[in-house]
Amino acid sequence: MTTRYRLGGLSRLDTTLMAAGAVLLALLLVLPLVASPLVVDKLTLLMIYVLLAVSWNLLAGFAGLVSVGQQTFVGLSGYFVLRLVEAGIAPLPALAAGSAAVLVVAWPLSWIVLRLRAAEFAVAMWVIAETIRSLVMFDPLVQGETGRSLMTLNAMDADLRRTIVLLAAVLAVSVALVTSYRLLRGRLGGESQAIRDDEEAAGSIGIDTLRVKRTIFLVSALGCTVAGSLWLASAITYQPRTAFGINWSVFMLFMVLVGGLGSFTGPVIGALLLFAIQEVFGDYGSWYLAGLGVVAILFALYAPGGVVGLITGRSLREPLSMRKTLVAPRG
Amino acid sequence: MSLFTVEDLTCRHGLLTAVQGIGMSLERGEVLCIIGANGAGKTTLLRSLAGVHPAALGRISLSGRDITGHRAHERVRGGIAMSPEGRRLFYDLTVRENLVIAAENGRKGDWTPARVLEVFPQLGPLVDQEAGKLSGGQRQAVAIGRALVTNPDVILLDEVSLGLSPAAVEGVYAALAEIRSRRDMAMIVVEQDLNRALGFADTILCMAEGRAALQGPPGTFSRARITAAYFGMQDEETADA
Repeated sequence: MTTRYRLGGLSRLDTTLMAAGAVLLALLLVLPLVASPLVVDKLTLLMIYVLLAVSWNLLAGFAGLVSVGQQTFVGLSGYFVLRLVEAGIAPLPALAAGSAAVLVVAWPLSWIVLRLRAAEFAVAMWVIAETIRSLVMFDPLVQGETGRSLMTLNAMDADLRRTIVLLAAVLAVSVALVTSYRLLRGRLGGESQAIRDDEEAAGSIGIDTLRVKRTIFLVSALGCTVAGSLWLASAITYQPRTAFGINWSVFMLFMVLVGGLGSFTGPVIGALLLFAIQEVFGDYGSWYLAGLGVVAILFALYAPGGVVGLITGRSLREPLSMRKTLVAPRG
Repeated sequence: MSLFTVEDLTCRHGLLTAVQGIGMSLERGEVLCIIGANGAGKTTLLRSLAGVHPAALGRISLSGRDITGHRAHERVRGGIAMSPEGRRLFYDLTVRENLVIAAENGRKGDWTPARVLEVFPQLGPLVDQEAGKLSGGQRQAVAIGRALVTNPDVILLDEVSLGLSPAAVEGVYAALAEIRSRRDMAMIVVEQDLNRALGFADTILCMAEGRAALQGPPGTFSRARITAAYFGMQDEETADA
């Protein structure tokens, strides 16, 4: 007898949230027609944060792979874009191709780092980010610390460029949210959560732990590379120290921890919070960064479930929850 | 050809040889209980059979096929499943999710989550409870059920009664007796409770310092000899011989 499993049903709140999210993203698509350039730039930054938070949450929240080196992919995508443009490819196709090209690095990297455990993995990813940054800085094209501008993109009409980048960012966030939702509600979601809880036990019930972790690692890396390309398209200038900066990981960690590690809506809430905090306190320089650290520590100590955990408690009734991943038939 | 054969198996933890020269052969419906004092190598042996710990030497075969180099998930698909020491459930997931994820990754067959709930009816009202909130006996039932739903030919059960109340141990062994009566799989059980092991096993393997100190049907050995082997001592019978 073969038992067929189905996905758990969606609650009314779930469908309402999905509809609201779709409407919001659709509104963002038409916003460039009426909004000021400053607002368009700010919204692009928000979309990049959402993309980064969703990507990091996939890795840490669902597969238990806490990385402080995801800036590897943010920085590499920008570098690949510069190289492709230098090779004569038009900037917009280069931005797309640069993101995809990073997977050529992420794939072999996954064979090494995914065999490491917990803290080893986290540290190794950081070391890899710093090593690759150093190598990139040796390339004369980048001009060391000085960096380089994406001149061909700068030649484009500024308003048109802003509009295209925001539309691409909204599209990327939509794809990331739908993809992660579908992945995590399916078999991979259950498997990754089992690995997060106990990797050895997951292996002993038949889960190919390396395959699952590699899939999530690559999807997460792709999200970070797209964010990196969007950042470059928005900022125009590429500086290795910024592109490979640890700040990216700090922001990702903050957004996911404060929003709700391992929840679907948490990273989005975390991104909104980080964006709002930056808007209000961003001018305070290092004090602002210290403040972020204090807030993250307070959440880790007193609200480990983040904002989502505070709202839902331990009721398992989290909106758009991944808890309904697999449901066996009755009887 | 036996269902499950182990020949001259040796396992190491770095420079330390934890299991040395172990052999066994089991048929469907047969129960082998592994006994021995703490540190005798029982759990390492079981983990090696499950593919979680690599074998340094020797050969493990299932239905004549050499599976020594197979990883844990490949062995599950071949027909070996383990309920590990300490249960090691996915504590943030519900009982249902624990069972269903295992079923999705195991082999298709008669053992389904629904059938596990028939054998362990105490889990029925708890299917949507997080595994981390269960009692020891309930966790053990889920751990055994999680191995069963992969539809194994050989099920490995580590430290079945450890840390459980006498009532919970009775319940678990009653379920194991029912599973055994179907004779659709071989069972290898690591058990600290000597009386329980002797009463349940077709064959016992008593380990001391990683080696087989005694191996065979429990009725063929005197209690004194088993006890001596259990504690790694030479008993009077063998000393005289």
